[in-house]
Amino acid sequence: MARQEKKKDVVIVGLGWTGAIAGIELAQDGLEIVALERGPDQSTVPNFKYPNQIDELKYGVRLKMMQKLSQQTVTVRRNEDETARPYRKLGSFLPGNGVGGAGTHWNGLNWRPMPEELKLKSYVIENWGEDIIAEDMTIGDYPVSYDELEPYFTQFEKVAGISGYAGNLNGEIREGGNPFEGWRSEDFPMPPLPRTWDSQKFHDACIASGYHPFPAPAGIASTAYVNPYGMQMGPCNFCGFCERYGCYQYSKSSPQTTILDALKRKPNFSYRTHCEVLRVEMAEDGKTATGVTYFDEEAQEEVFQPADLVILSSYQLNNVHLMLVSGIGEPYDPATGKGVTGKNYAYQMNGGISMFFEDDNFNPFVGHGANGTCIDDFAINQIDFGEEGFIGGAYWRSGTFNGQPIRNMPLPKGTPAWGAGWKEGIGRWYGHAMSIGSHGSNLAYANNYLDLDPNYTDRHGRPLMRMTFDWHDNDLRMNQFMKSKMEPLAKSMNPDIMQVGFKGPGAHYDVRPYQTTHNTGGHIMSETPQEGVVNRYCQAWDKHNVFVMGAGNFVQNTQYNPTGLLGGLAYWTVQAIRTQYLPNPRPLV
Amino acid sequence: MKTFLRILAGLVVVGVIALLAFVFVPVKRSAPTQNLAADWQPEEGQGQYVMYAGDCVACHTAEGGEPLAGGRPIESPMGTIWSTNITPDPKTGIGGWSLDDFRAAMVDGLMPDGTHLYPAMPYENFRFMSEADIRALYDYLMNGVEPVENRVQATQLAFPFNQRWGLRAWNWMALSHEAGFKPLGASEMQDRGQYLVEGAGHCAACHSPRNELMMQDGVTASQKTFLAGGVIDGWEAPALYGPNSTIAGWSVEETANYLATGRNAHSAANGEMALVVEHSLQHLTDADNLAIAAFLKGKDAETTEVAGVMKAMPQPEADAAGEETAAMLTEASPDMPLGPRLYLDNCSGCHFVTGKGAPEIFPELENNPMVVSAEVGPLISVILNGAEVPSTEKRPMKLVMQGYAERLDDAEVAELVNFLRSSWGNDAAAISAEDVAKVRAAQSTH
Repeated sequence: MARQEKKKDVVIVGLGWTGAIAGIELAQDGLEIVALERGPDQSTVPNFKYPNQIDELKYGVRLKMMQKLSQQTVTVRRNEDETARPYRKLGSFLPGNGVGGAGTHWNGLNWRPMPEELKLKSYVIENWGEDIIAEDMTIGDYPVSYDELEPYFTQFEKVAGISGYAGNLNGEIREGGNPFEGWRSEDFPMPPLPRTWDSQKFHDACIASGYHPFPAPAGIASTAYVNPYGMQMGPCNFCGFCERYGCYQYSKSSPQTTILDALKRKPNFSYRTHCEVLRVEMAEDGKTATGVTYFDEEAQEEVFQPADLVILSSYQLNNVHLMLVSGIGEPYDPATGKGVTGKNYAYQMNGGISMFFEDDNFNPFVGHGANGTCIDDFAINQIDFGEEGFIGGAYWRSGTFNGQPIRNMPLPKGTPAWGAGWKEGIGRWYGHAMSIGSHGSNLAYANNYLDLDPNYTDRHGRPLMRMTFDWHDNDLRMNQFMKSKMEPLAKSMNPDIMQVGFKGPGAHYDVRPYQTTHNTGGHIMSETPQEGVVNRYCQAWDKHNVFVMGAGNFVQNTQYNPTGLLGGLAYWTVQAIRTQYLPNPRPLV
Repeated sequence: MKTFLRILAGLVVVGVIALLAFVFVPVKRSAPTQNLAADWQPEEGQGQYVMYAGDCVACHTAEGGEPLAGGRPIESPMGTIWSTNITPDPKTGIGGWSLDDFRAAMVDGLMPDGTHLYPAMPYENFRFMSEADIRALYDYLMNGVEPVENRVQATQLAFPFNQRWGLRAWNWMALSHEAGFKPLGASEMQDRGQYLVEGAGHCAACHSPRNELMMQDGVTASQKTFLAGGVIDGWEAPALYGPNSTIAGWSVEETANYLATGRNAHSAANGEMALVVEHSLQHLTDADNLAIAAFLKGKDAETTEVAGVMKAMPQPEADAAGEETAAMLTEASPDMPLGPRLYLDNCSGCHFVTGKGAPEIFPELENNPMVVSAEVGPLISVILNGAEVPSTEKRPMKLVMQGYAERLDDAEVAELVNFLRSSWGNDAAAISAEDVAKVRAAQSTH
């Protein structure tokens, strides 16, 4: 018999970005709220303090801030003919752990989706007809439009403290910004950060080629900043330790710098760490949840936390897993296309070119996670899908962002990997390399999905979640298209050596090398309960007092990093809870 | 000879009688400064507000104890004084006190039985408070606070300080000013500020110097030494008023920001001042913090809002005094001395080569009162042990500077301190590794 805690109005599962947003916004209504966090508590001091935090071996290589796979993991396979095996060593993606979640260890790239990406299926059909959508492609429209979300993107950007320069301010296209982005009602809260030398070279090459460079939208403070909650950030010193690290300098946008201390002042909010939620408990009628059961690591026992409202705000993979083991939404079945939970799992299709310049010194130790110049000239709304034979797009970026000594010593191919030859290569090439990255869309497919693994269980006896995922021709064609466009641009910069890395036809997903922690879908938003798990307010179709946050809501992934969209969706959802749900709890659609 | 002895005996007898009278005849209490109707009632919340303005919690609450239930040790040059329980508990608190008893404690430093309070209780300053505020506070403590039974440790100072009657003589001098507030009349705003600063806020208790008898030297704005700077527990309480004010370079608005949030474009609150911000000033209205700032600066505020949000504040460039240091640090020559090298490796990320820091988050070091103070303990302590600006309503972030005790040894800290004290135009005396060792040792015994 599990221990039972005193009932709360709201239980929040996971205290990262979206859990913190839900906490601080709902706390304003006087609700009694408790947040449950699987990992430890974390604050800038002492947890991220200098110089302990910028230990590349501990955090960059041994990944001490990340999810412990012995505690929780997924199994992975590329197709239904394979047997999924547990993800026992962190590689392709790095879910966070602890208070602040992935928001503590991200790079800080904060993008909004393009309006067209939120209406992707209609956009494609209207322009090229349904025929160009492959049969196994399960793309759709988000049940909420860019215009509806715009105020919430703005709100999140103000809270998160984003630096940048608006390219489309209320419809006016501004030189130096991204001319292809969706409209913004206000400029960025902070001006853009200065360019590093590689970023400048890329910028100049783009101008010469007729492209439209603009500064990357950065969750990195370019000035001292005070956000709407009175929380503060300090200007970044370009130390180059963002991704995989907490920021010791209060410069990176995170729950710690932008929400948590304000949230902790609320007398009606509390949080418990080392509490891993195992399942959402359901009322007998099956229409609502009654709370959650979690494992209290300290007491080594299961605890039932009753609550009127359940907010699932853990990482996308964990949210989907909780919904599968708790029976929220019917599990997706790829054979029939029926069911919804686990459907439309998507990722990101990336590529890039490294360039070596004997005569340029890029000082790669100077940078930050969202450093760089970008172009959107090959973005989703700039490509003729009918002509090019794929659906998708990418943004490009150049700017050193993780110039750390162990993992960032790019060398020309053929340089020995050790010994005197390696030493000589480092002596010759260290500091002389730059790269351009292509960060592209990954669409949704019938056979990329998440379900419960039939073979493996976790320490609590729950089946692990199984990821079935592989690359599809459409996205690989998109990637090859980017290659064909990037090569001439790179050549125009006259590098001494150039190395091209784009996955091509026949490439399969490899879970070992790091790619990106942009796992999306699995509890997607939809117009009808038959198509997705949650409605346009991210409310579970079949359990009206369960709201779900995060990138799991993405119908298919966008070409961008997910934080801006999931942050905007979180504010959109919380607003719906406050203004529509709390006065009259019911299915909102 | 006999006559002489008789006269002497007579004098002794008179003297003894006088002394006995001095010790045993009750002191006359000050009358109320204003005649309020017997049924006068404070406005809703007024009493609690006065409690905040007077920072009662800071002294009258033990660490981890119930608010206002006393028991906090206050270190004084005479020994440890234990704060009393001022909740309305009849046995251990002030539940049995009449309004007159309460007023006598506030303005005359007297207990109901006539014994003298030690002047750790700033009755020298509370003497300026209005009768309305005193009554409102009394009403709040009696009716707005839950009684807590908490018998606090009795204060037992060594002889002669345990002879409380001696304070009568002290008070003759220290309380030579009449009860009641006398505004300078500069403006309504500045008068309000003066009232808060002189009275409930008791700023002079730390920020005015003390004379040889440990009395506040400068309790009202008309005195030259008023808020001319003091020292408390090894911390310099900077000058806030008059020509040598440390906040001369701050605007009225910046000053108010500091009061309300413990941070502004220049500085961050540490030590005792951090507690004042946490327990008192953050709870004042914007109008009152602006009024205090206006009074200190002798200039009315031009805004009505303190510490607005949604601000991007570019960090300042080096000024003329700081240019040379900034250039030297920017050049980062490998053969630079140890002090600036340590600064580059440990400090410049936040405080920048300019020494200007960044507004509201990283304090400026150029001309920073703590950096150039004759009292070097706090600067060394901050470097070794870090510092924390408390969470406040308008700036909820606990702004923590990490300590460097594990990273820097005594000689290195001394080099760093001496660099700070001699750069960006700073010109303060050098310290030694021994000074650092003392502070490190003091911390480790805490």
